[in-house]
Amino acid sequence: MLKDPYLDGVRSVEELLGYVDFEDGTAIIDAKDLKHKELNDLMKECVLRGASRLILKNVCGQRYIGSRLFFNPPKRVEIEIYGTPGNDLGAFLAGHRIIVYGNAQDGVGNTMDDGEIVVHGRAGDVVAMCMRGGKIFIRDYVGYRCAIHMKGYKDKVPTLVIGQTAQDFLGEYMAGGRVIVLGIGIERHRCYYIGTGMHGGVMYIGGKVEKHQLGREVGVVEMDEEDWKFLEDVVKEYCKNFEMEGKEDEILGKKFSKLIPVSKRPYGRVYSY
Amino acid sequence: MIGSSCGIFGVMDRSGKRFKGRMVVEAMKNMYVRGNGLGAGFAVYGLYKDYKEYYCFHVMIQNRDMGAKREVDLFLNDNFHVVDDEEIPVNDEVEVVDPPLFWRYFVSPKKSGRDQKLSDDDYVVKKVMEINTKIRNAYVISSGKNMGVFKGTGFPWDIAEYFMIEDYKGYMWTAHSRFPTNTPGWWGGAHPFCILDWTVVHNGEISSYGTNKRYLEMFGYCCTLMTDTEVMAYIFDLLMRRFGYPIEVVAKILAPPMWDQIDNMDEKRKRFYTILRMTYGPLLVNGPWTVIVAHHGEMFGLTDRIRLRPLTAGEKGDLLFLSSEESAIRAVCPNPDRVWTPHGGEPVIGRLDEKALKRVVE
Repeated sequence: MLKDPYLDGVRSVEELLGYVDFEDGTAIIDAKDLKHKELNDLMKECVLRGASRLILKNVCGQRYIGSRLFFNPPKRVEIEIYGTPGNDLGAFLAGHRIIVYGNAQDGVGNTMDDGEIVVHGRAGDVVAMCMRGGKIFIRDYVGYRCAIHMKGYKDKVPTLVIGQTAQDFLGEYMAGGRVIVLGIGIERHRCYYIGTGMHGGVMYIGGKVEKHQLGREVGVVEMDEEDWKFLEDVVKEYCKNFEMEGKEDEILGKKFSKLIPVSKRPYGRVYSY
Repeated sequence: MIGSSCGIFGVMDRSGKRFKGRMVVEAMKNMYVRGNGLGAGFAVYGLYKDYKEYYCFHVMIQNRDMGAKREVDLFLNDNFHVVDDEEIPVNDEVEVVDPPLFWRYFVSPKKSGRDQKLSDDDYVVKKVMEINTKIRNAYVISSGKNMGVFKGTGFPWDIAEYFMIEDYKGYMWTAHSRFPTNTPGWWGGAHPFCILDWTVVHNGEISSYGTNKRYLEMFGYCCTLMTDTEVMAYIFDLLMRRFGYPIEVVAKILAPPMWDQIDNMDEKRKRFYTILRMTYGPLLVNGPWTVIVAHHGEMFGLTDRIRLRPLTAGEKGDLLFLSSEESAIRAVCPNPDRVWTPHGGEPVIGRLDEKALKRVVE
């Protein structure tokens, strides 16, 4: 008999309440022995019981944290995570704020709708995949294919801010939103195939990037006044999030490149014959 | 939602100090959703201290076919000096499905005729291939000195309990949890794959399997285990042991830079990478893959050139960790000195210092 490792042995919410300490609107959850689904079930239960702030301790690999917190009427929750959250942290996130004191893994903010994720460390691959709203701040660096197929919609402008650098295929097939790489402590980015297939949105990259590191669908244009204004706000917010106030000028002092797509339909002709 | 991905993990004490398998099992438990119970296994180095000068064959007898077992006995007695043999102890109380019989033999080569020209290692490879292809229901799943592979159909913690590996000691361990996609989940298809003391655990799939397999056949390697990862074990044996290339070069054969990146290199590097790609094109390993490879004295992690499968490295003092997920490292080592993720196609390498290596192999 095949077992489903996700569901096998999952306990009911009633059995899990022993892992929670309530203190006026704050629920402290010890995640040490909790499975992926158990932790998410428990988080939801805590909010339904009135918590507006969740503190998760001893997190180690639990996936999809925060992805099932939909409420009617909508409610915004603050989530603090101590440890290493697993893949797809904040997937489909519906307006909550997640702060990670540590590193995150792959798929942070997958198809995130709104809210904010702040990671005091690094994150893995496909951060902000298909993200369509909200903000993600990663203090250090990210892996491959971040912001792949990120998109904007009407007034939604998803924003990914990366403190140091990214690995290859940043902004692949990007359709909207903003990606900002600050390049802190980075002389030259090693990232290749930046913006391959990009057809919407804007990327700002601080530090040196050669033309051959860019995808064919990307063009480099001059920064204008509005771009600098936007960047200043982003850097201010980044420094505030990571308690780096005072470093703004240093971060903004380097050369920034603005990358935009050269076409809205780069592959429009590929299938037309 | 069902994920489909294998979990891999490796840990090495670079000072050569041996430790029990418990740590590896705990790490695999952390990644319990990477795998669906259709395959798991462990490789342990530094295991057979008392017999370290002998090759140890772990032979899997499918369907507990005692005819096949007798054929293996006869074959080994004809071709090797068998200094000791026994059934590999298992815990019968663990529920696993259709376990084959596992027997281990400690042997040294008994070469005759033309085979006398072969090195011991080459002779062993040749004989392992003969057993795998000619004796029905018999497969050599492990054939190195002072190391062993334990694997089967089940979750990692089941297989660990079945073979009671938590009490085995080694200075280097690799582990795998399988989520088979294209090929059957059977005992022989579990990872690690092994030839001599080379083992490979793999997450992903190798779309160049056919091309790689045909190239390897020219060098006497036969793929019999019905799954893609097997080619990796033979590729590393061919390129590293027989051809003597270091992993730094081998990585660029398996996961070469793209042509447009080569175009932007200086002349010397351009020439080097072009020659590598032209000469060893059939050993380019295509598709999404991450592997952890081990042989005595060295462990490394490597991904395909555009990193379609994850790999995280960590270190704490002499310990080097390689894992599909950072959480599995932190589950067994809460405060590593450093964790990082290498670029696609760039190996993370751990090596024993020379003194420690001597203790292990001599």
